[in-house]
Amino acid sequence: MTTWHDYLKKEGQPPSWPYPIRFEEEQEVETDVLVIGGGIAGCWAAISASRTGVKVVLLEKGDTVRSGAGGPGCDHWCNVPANPHSRVDPDEWAEHMADVPYSCGIGLQIQCREDWDTLLEMEQMGGKIRDIDDEYVGAEGRYDDTKLMISPRYGVKHNLWPEPGAGEPGFNPPEERSNVVIRIWGSTFKPALKKECKRLGVKIMDRVAGTSLLTENGVQGERVVGATGLNSRTGEFVIVKSKATIIATGGAGDLWLMNTELCGMSSMHPRTWTGEGLVMAFKAGAEITNLEMSMPIGIATGLKHKWYSGAGDASYENVPIVDANGKRLPYPIQGWEDAGAMIPAPDVQAKIAEDVKKGVYELPFYGDWPSMSDVERRATWNLMLGEESTTKIIIDTFNRSGFDEKRDLQQSYKFIEGAGLPQWRNGGGNFMMDWDLKTNLDGLYVAGTQLVGGQDHSYCAATGRYAGRKAAAYVKEVAQGKVFRDQIRKEKERIYAPARRDSGIEWKEFHAGIARINQYYNSEFKTETLFKMGLGALERMEMEFVPQLYALDPHKLLRTIEDLTMLEHSKMIMQASLVRKASRMGFTRIDYPDMDPPEWNKFLVVKLINDKFTTRLQEQRFWGNMKEEYEKRNADYEGVYKGD
Amino acid sequence: MSQQKLMAIPNVVTPNQPVLFNPEICNGCNHCVEVCQIDVYIPNPEKGKPPIILHPDECWYCGCCANDCPRPGAIIFNWPLQSRGYWKNKETGKIGQV
Ligand SMILES: Cc1cc2nc3c(=O)[nH]c(=O)nc-3n(C[C@H](O)[C@H](O)[C@H](O)COP(=O)(O)OP(=O)(O)OC[C@H]3O[C@@H](n4cnc5c(N)ncnc54)[C@H](O)[C@@H]3O)c2cc1C
Ligand code: SF4
Ligand code: SF4
Repeated sequence: MTTWHDYLKKEGQPPSWPYPIRFEEEQEVETDVLVIGGGIAGCWAAISASRTGVKVVLLEKGDTVRSGAGGPGCDHWCNVPANPHSRVDPDEWAEHMADVPYSCGIGLQIQCREDWDTLLEMEQMGGKIRDIDDEYVGAEGRYDDTKLMISPRYGVKHNLWPEPGAGEPGFNPPEERSNVVIRIWGSTFKPALKKECKRLGVKIMDRVAGTSLLTENGVQGERVVGATGLNSRTGEFVIVKSKATIIATGGAGDLWLMNTELCGMSSMHPRTWTGEGLVMAFKAGAEITNLEMSMPIGIATGLKHKWYSGAGDASYENVPIVDANGKRLPYPIQGWEDAGAMIPAPDVQAKIAEDVKKGVYELPFYGDWPSMSDVERRATWNLMLGEESTTKIIIDTFNRSGFDEKRDLQQSYKFIEGAGLPQWRNGGGNFMMDWDLKTNLDGLYVAGTQLVGGQDHSYCAATGRYAGRKAAAYVKEVAQGKVFRDQIRKEKERIYAPARRDSGIEWKEFHAGIARINQYYNSEFKTETLFKMGLGALERMEMEFVPQLYALDPHKLLRTIEDLTMLEHSKMIMQASLVRKASRMGFTRIDYPDMDPPEWNKFLVVKLINDKFTTRLQEQRFWGNMKEEYEKRNADYEGVYKGD
Repeated sequence: MSQQKLMAIPNVVTPNQPVLFNPEICNGCNHCVEVCQIDVYIPNPEKGKPPIILHPDECWYCGCCANDCPRPGAIIFNWPLQSRGYWKNKETGKIGQV
């Protein structure tokens, strides 16, 4: 008996709610630093702040032990040019990485300077970062002296598509590789981070989702002095008074995904990514940018296969792709021979599609694991896929069902499952921040995915660690602020309204309704008329259906609150889209097709002033000289933690 | 058969069983309940029994519950039918599936 209806059949009634119900009851805590979101960035922020001796509270929607996109694991510590085998200069590499439109030199500089130290601290805490058991002796990229394993990613350059000459003899020779990505055993990381938080005395509040920020005197744009939260098991209301707050809630995963089941099932984001951090900060007066940008989800949408259960997926290192007759395809293999390139160039992709129709290649395609050398195959199957987040369970179930990577070809779903719809998108915007990873609001810091240019696991770890340090320094200079009771009262009204009703509209239908609006009015085809219709449709949702939302228990209440966030978030995106009268990367307008004309080749930054939506334009590369600015502010940086 | 009492219950949500518990091995420690960031499970009201799958439709198939269970075989991952990968024996051409 494992399912709910099994129980019902046996007992004749559903199980009672297993946790005490405390709707509307208050728990109040006071701290120096509050971290909202206990994923990769949040845990690192809590640890680094705590190591300076300040008091830290961590609010996490799930359970910190495995929560977030990186909770299950991570196999690439990307972009670590300060490692001992690197052939590039960290400052130069940071510049190179930042040399794309709408990127963020601040986060990248922090990552390139500090994520090797961060990785060494991970090792101190019990994370596995080297082949200490000598399982992969002889694998390409393994250094016998340090037992570190360099990955083929970012081989000679950092490029998705193969460079000219890829695959030919002498391309990407070992002595010319940049060696900036390290393979790691990331499934060991998250439990170690939680343990370290506990050891340091961080007060972890699991199953509590942050819902709003409290500002001095309740005034928008004033200093952030705390936050409110909702316990999704008990329904209890949490009030945290803090001198500084760090937002590390990841991104927003399913603004365009209508089917609530499938969003959970095959997404690159955990279900917990629902945009609250960004939206609560916006409501408090924080500056947000990149809202208008969104991209079709190329992989891992709910209606496609689970990422990695088809060979030929984005990061299968060194696995050659063959057709049904064993003919090799011109796919790069993200391996040594093509310097880590991930996908064929667009013209090559189009040619493959044509050739499939002509019968040059026969479907389906396969990943040819048996053709690999034993050690490279193990490095990809066991280390890479065994450690990279949600993939561990995939290789386990394949092997348990009889798949033998030494013998079998793994099927790829390229072409046969169809391309993802351009209306299923990813987006949601980022925070603007300064060199301290501080937002425009006093007391409010940000780290991880939600930074402009938010990148990978190590980016989130390094920026979390940095934000924790900066917020800790700030709290040593300031007194506790004053929370405003009326702001708390209003938030309680907002949050508990659905729990007071027991019929009407449920969260799933509401979610699908908003996603549909985003699909119709802000996806592939973008015009002023459509944006205005979209905004109108969202406003109708707000007027007509928000008052009908109901939630039967604390869990459903949290999902409902997430949907309310989704509604606000979609409105913000629609409003920002209306303002940008030009096209840019991730935002192609039919009525303004000019791509990045000079007057618009800038970040569009939005914020609320007295609840009014205001905008400004910010130059690209607003961070100045990366090396100089970093050094100016980090003369006191002490490097790897030496213990307490 | 005609004697059997049937309850009127709605369609079960889909997908419905991200995992299968083995009550012979599972001791109801609820570690998987804690590990799951989504709260797909709740503890069984009867102590020592496997958790109850309450929100299967919200599972993101991260695998943490199964990976972290301290009792091998107590919890078996159970991919929905539409997510079961295929393979082919390179020599014989025989097709396999998860
Ligand atoms: C399948 C997969 C494979 C990946 N592989 C790699 C890899 O090999 N290398 C790599 O570099 N990166 C990889 N990534 C990306 C990497 O995991 C992410 O970049 C990283 O985890 C992001 O860190 P974060 O702290 O920003 O967000 P997360 O780690 O996701 O943390 C966000 C946290 O905030 C919590 N939260 C959300 N809302 C609230 C709220 N309102 N209140 C309280 N808490 C809240 C969430 O529960 C979550 O724990 C992978 C991701 C996936 C999904
Ligand atoms: S499945 Fe494993 S972790 Fe879950 S309750 Fe049973 S023994 Fe504990
Ligand atoms: S696979 Fe992940 S999301 Fe699904 S029940 Fe297990 S821990 Fe929860």
